Amino acid sequence: MTEVLEVSNLHKAFGGIKAVNGVSFKVNEGEILGIIGPNGCGKSTLFNCILGQLEPTEGAVKLDGRDVTNMRPSELNKLGVSRTFQLLQVFPELSVRENLILAGQEHEGTMLSRFFGARDAGLSAKAEQMIGFFKLGHLADAKAGGLSYGQQKLLDAAMAFMAGPRLVLLDEPAGGVNLTMLGDLKERLRAINAEHGATFVVIEHNMDFVMSLCSRVIVLAEGKVLAEGTPAEVRANPAVIEAYLGH
Amino acid sequence: MTAPATHSAAPAARRLPLPGFVDGTLLTLVAAAVILWFAPSGMGRYGTYVLSLWLVMSVAVMGLNLTLGYAGLKSLAQAAFMGIGAYATALLTSKVGLNWYASFAVSGLITFAVGLVLGFPALRVKAHYLAFVTLAFSTLIWLVLRNEQWLTGGVFGLSNIPRPSFFGLKLDGALAFHRFVVVVTFLLAVVLWWMIRSPWGRAFTALRENPIRAASLGIDTRMYTLLAFAIGSAYAGFAGALYAPLVEFIDPSPFSLSQSFFLLLMVVAGGAGYLLGPFIGALLGVVLPEWLRFAGSLYLIIFAGIVMLLLIACPQGMSGLLERGWAKLTGKKEGAR
Repeated sequence: MTEVLEVSNLHKAFGGIKAVNGVSFKVNEGEILGIIGPNGCGKSTLFNCILGQLEPTEGAVKLDGRDVTNMRPSELNKLGVSRTFQLLQVFPELSVRENLILAGQEHEGTMLSRFFGARDAGLSAKAEQMIGFFKLGHLADAKAGGLSYGQQKLLDAAMAFMAGPRLVLLDEPAGGVNLTMLGDLKERLRAINAEHGATFVVIEHNMDFVMSLCSRVIVLAEGKVLAEGTPAEVRANPAVIEAYLGH
Repeated sequence: MTAPATHSAAPAARRLPLPGFVDGTLLTLVAAAVILWFAPSGMGRYGTYVLSLWLVMSVAVMGLNLTLGYAGLKSLAQAAFMGIGAYATALLTSKVGLNWYASFAVSGLITFAVGLVLGFPALRVKAHYLAFVTLAFSTLIWLVLRNEQWLTGGVFGLSNIPRPSFFGLKLDGALAFHRFVVVVTFLLAVVLWWMIRSPWGRAFTALRENPIRAASLGIDTRMYTLLAFAIGSAYAGFAGALYAPLVEFIDPSPFSLSQSFFLLLMVVAGGAGYLLGPFIGALLGVVLPEWLRFAGSLYLIIFAGIVMLLLIACPQGMSGLLERGWAKLTGKKEGAR
């Protein structure tokens, strides 16, 4: 299988605190990898280092074999890497449709064509498709800031897929989402994975969500990889039970 | 993915036989330009001058609205950029003999370039730290205008600034020049309208609302930050290029730091991030004090009181107040800007 992402010996220290301490893993094309661990174990910091939002203290990140360590987030996105954030990150003053068009527009044409060209950058049809796919049709013209938390989470996820990325890093997509919407979200992620072969790395605390969605799971504790394996292997691992899952 | 049913709401303008890109804002700009073309009738020279000054200040406020209102970058140097534009035009037309149109373009280019350079600190510092960087720049420009007498005339300023002509038609009279200002302001407003409704405008808004998320969506936040600064500054330069022939004499005082604060007030009072906000803000800043002249020396106190009440009642400024009123009247929720 082709490796899409390779993280090697990644470290990130904030003063004397080692938030990420020598993490290494690989993600294969079309795989859904879960990353779990207790609060403060370095999951989000790991994402931010991979995605260029934080500068790693040490280590390397490779995308398709190319070193992309410290590459700017916008450049990484142009290479087909997308993400969602732990906290809601939609644009509240823009409508749902405008949020989606914004999420894809920089992948269309040049700076000049985006100035002189169509207002929607030719993305209206794709935005409509995404709105329908994520069941946001009745909210297309509403301000994103006025949506419920769960609806904003769905919009956040939809935005991550607007540019047709091949690698998506989802930071706690299920956080604060009710059970019905959670089912919808999982169904959609599976569909995108199956139909487009997109690769996902998912940070999540909701064990049912992770264990039923991911084919492989990495457990972090105190900035290090504690365990790695299939959901069943991880569930049965005594060290994981002790550090995170509980009895 | 299966194609969903579409739910696009048809804009009101589509009901009329108009091209698809025409919207309410453009129609408002056209209507305002027609009204302002004829507005000075019976007003006399001073009234016409005040109207022209309102439009010139609106151009400067439009630029600051792009930098601050749309892109969220706090600048306190707009009057300094206006000064650069005004002095460049005054020197080029009265000393070098260049025609106004070329001087206007050069003023825009100079302020665009200087704005681009001043935009670099905005990549490193945000909010009030950025405001202080631009404050220092504003002070520096004012000192140059006041002290470099060999170039700027110092406190004595530059006089006999010629007004342009249009295909041989002299624009020396107050009414003729006012109509010229109306046309130039209209064209600059249309360019900004086009920009704001284009993907660039969406990217500027994203920069203001959430630069981290914007970058994660492939938006080159550095490029858009620099562009917002440079284009906003160029608009101040264009305003200066109109201001110099309007007043026909310039000195450093209208380009001081306090004037930058006043332009900032116009952006906020008019409604930051609203395309027509600058015209309303400049109306409050330029024309309202004229209407309050009956109050004699109390007019500034009344003016300050009105602005304070407005911002307490509606922090989104007059445009926000009007939007709220319209939403109540029509029973619709406030739409995305």
